[in-house]
Amino acid sequence: MMAGAKNRSVLAAYAVAYIVFLYLPVVLLPLFSFNQSITPSFPLTGFTTDWYLALADEPEMHNALINSLKVAATTSVFATLLGACAARAFTRYKFRAKPAAEGIIMTPLFLPEILIGLSMLVVILWLGFELSLVTVVMGHVLVCLPYCVTVLISSFDGFDVTLEEASTDLGEGALGTLWRVILPIVMPGLISSLIVSFTISLDEFVLAFFLSGDEATLPVYIWGQLRFAAKLPIVMALGSLMLVASIGLLIISEIVRRRGERRLKPSGMDTP
Amino acid sequence: MNTPIISIRGVSRHFGAFTALDNIDLDVKQGEFFSLLGPSGCGKTTLLRMIGGFMEPSSGKIMIDQKPMDGLAPNQRPTNMVFQNYAIFPHLNVADNVGYGLRKLRLDKAQFTARVQEALERVGLSGLGHRGGHELSGGQRQRVALARALIMQPKVLLLDEPLSALDKKLREQMQLELRRLQRAVGITFILVTHDQYEALSMSDRVAVMFKGRIAQVAPPQDIYQRPASRDVADFLGGMNFIEAQIEAEDALELKLASPLTGPITLARRDGFAQGLGKATLGIRPERLRILGPKETAPIEITGTLYDKVYYGEVTHYSVAVRGNTQPLQVAVTNSSGGPELAAGSEVKVGLDRSALVLLAP
Ligand SMILES: Nc1ncnc2c1ncn2[C@@H]1O[C@H](COP(=O)(O)OP(=O)(O)OP(=O)(O)O)[C@@H](O)[C@H]1O
Ligand SMILES: [Mg+2]
Repeated sequence: MMAGAKNRSVLAAYAVAYIVFLYLPVVLLPLFSFNQSITPSFPLTGFTTDWYLALADEPEMHNALINSLKVAATTSVFATLLGACAARAFTRYKFRAKPAAEGIIMTPLFLPEILIGLSMLVVILWLGFELSLVTVVMGHVLVCLPYCVTVLISSFDGFDVTLEEASTDLGEGALGTLWRVILPIVMPGLISSLIVSFTISLDEFVLAFFLSGDEATLPVYIWGQLRFAAKLPIVMALGSLMLVASIGLLIISEIVRRRGERRLKPSGMDTP
Repeated sequence: MNTPIISIRGVSRHFGAFTALDNIDLDVKQGEFFSLLGPSGCGKTTLLRMIGGFMEPSSGKIMIDQKPMDGLAPNQRPTNMVFQNYAIFPHLNVADNVGYGLRKLRLDKAQFTARVQEALERVGLSGLGHRGGHELSGGQRQRVALARALIMQPKVLLLDEPLSALDKKLREQMQLELRRLQRAVGITFILVTHDQYEALSMSDRVAVMFKGRIAQVAPPQDIYQRPASRDVADFLGGMNFIEAQIEAEDALELKLASPLTGPITLARRDGFAQGLGKATLGIRPERLRILGPKETAPIEITGTLYDKVYYGEVTHYSVAVRGNTQPLQVAVTNSSGGPELAAGSEVKVGLDRSALVLLAP
């Protein structure tokens, strides 16, 4: 039993170290963003909200933020639409190219982003397109698609085909069935997919850096600001806000997913 | 009432090289409770789904209410379906499930509620309208599925093993209720089942199917008492089979001889071919009785009792008889403390001539 106890304390120490290394920097970010000193270092010199107030006077940053929101919103809609089509095909139909199609959609997960960015850049320039937010969206849809498809497949998998047949039997056409049965039931999956792709797109840097041309997204803008030491606290304030926003989105997505799961457990056979 | 509500002519259905339905001809009468009975995989669901429009026949024609149904989707047919898993919409409450198909009628709220209320009452679910579709017991789901289909006022209601998911007691109760409901609404019901008791107890007529073909269509009594073949007889509860030689025959009668029964004359059944030389005689176990020492019967067979199984209301005796490889199965109702019979004892088994069913060999 001695060995067991020892093993356990080693494991516990490992777990603590793991959490500290992973999350300490994340906690430090908001901490320094409220610190008066321009350099992020201890000891803290005093509490201030100046850096947050200064955020209001950064028109370039506002532009970048708006760019990022535009890109993330468009990306999440397109990636979710395409992902829904793919997930429906994968869960409803058997076809010869299915394994190949699944493989191709999942590939961006395993390719280094820098490769994707570089090759897209080459192709886009070769085709003679201008770099713009549109090209960023194209790149982001590509990298978000595997996540969307995964989320949506798990949501569509529980979908009972006879529900569609019942709807048709009761007089609805294809559109009516989509609207009244399919959409409400897969809605939690769609929302999760929208949120996941929105979050990924919002903080994606490498592709945005390669493909955005002179319209910077927020991560690209932040990277540019890091050259100016005086801007660091403002960037940290911005980062803290983004942190809160992402955590919020994540929580919403998880709540939606769990609610949907509960509701989708169709066999309420056991409840009296 | 003479024109059938459904008429099926030469319908086949292939899945690749496999033939699930082979040249089916069938008429279903207006207002009857009709069952499709058969073992798993015989094509019952396939036939039902083709009537409902969920699948097209590979060849042949289906008419409902004298209109050809070729290429019509389920929402264009005067049929509604109760699915085996009930297919209750989990995101809607009971009332919205039941009223789902009413949207096209553009009723106002009061009319909608009244129609739904009426449908819920008919299936004994009044007061449950607000319950969520995912919060129902098996029996309740079954009733919602029924109400949801009946509210559409179909000409034909299709039911695919609607009771198979329920436990025995609830199943028997729902059998009675379904039958009563069908009489009350007067809609033609077509029920798919692999449970012979269900088919016999509920139906006006039963079609027995094997391997994609229909073996017999008849009222329950005829199906049970006068099965058309050994397969049908076997599928509907046990039957004893006795080999017999055909000594002489004409268009009306056959003279048969069998070591067990002695010479007997039976009327020729419709469709019983001439010149077979041999025949099989079928006897239901409950049409046989064990004779007491002083009792007699038109036909008597002696044998040795070698096994008995007690089932409560009946006891099944197995009687080994010379001249038949299979022992005779005798079902005796345990009504008034008959003689206690011990294994190994000599018994006399008696039967009436009417108990014999003429079957092809
Ligand atoms: N979509 C399909 N593809 C291939 N074969 C099928 C398909 N649907 C049914 N079959 C085959 O057709 C035959 C009849 O199927 P069907 O579902 O009609 O049987 P059933 O009588 O309803 O049986 P059960 O009592 O098990 O429901 C089966 O052998 C089945 O394997
Ligand atoms: Mg079936």
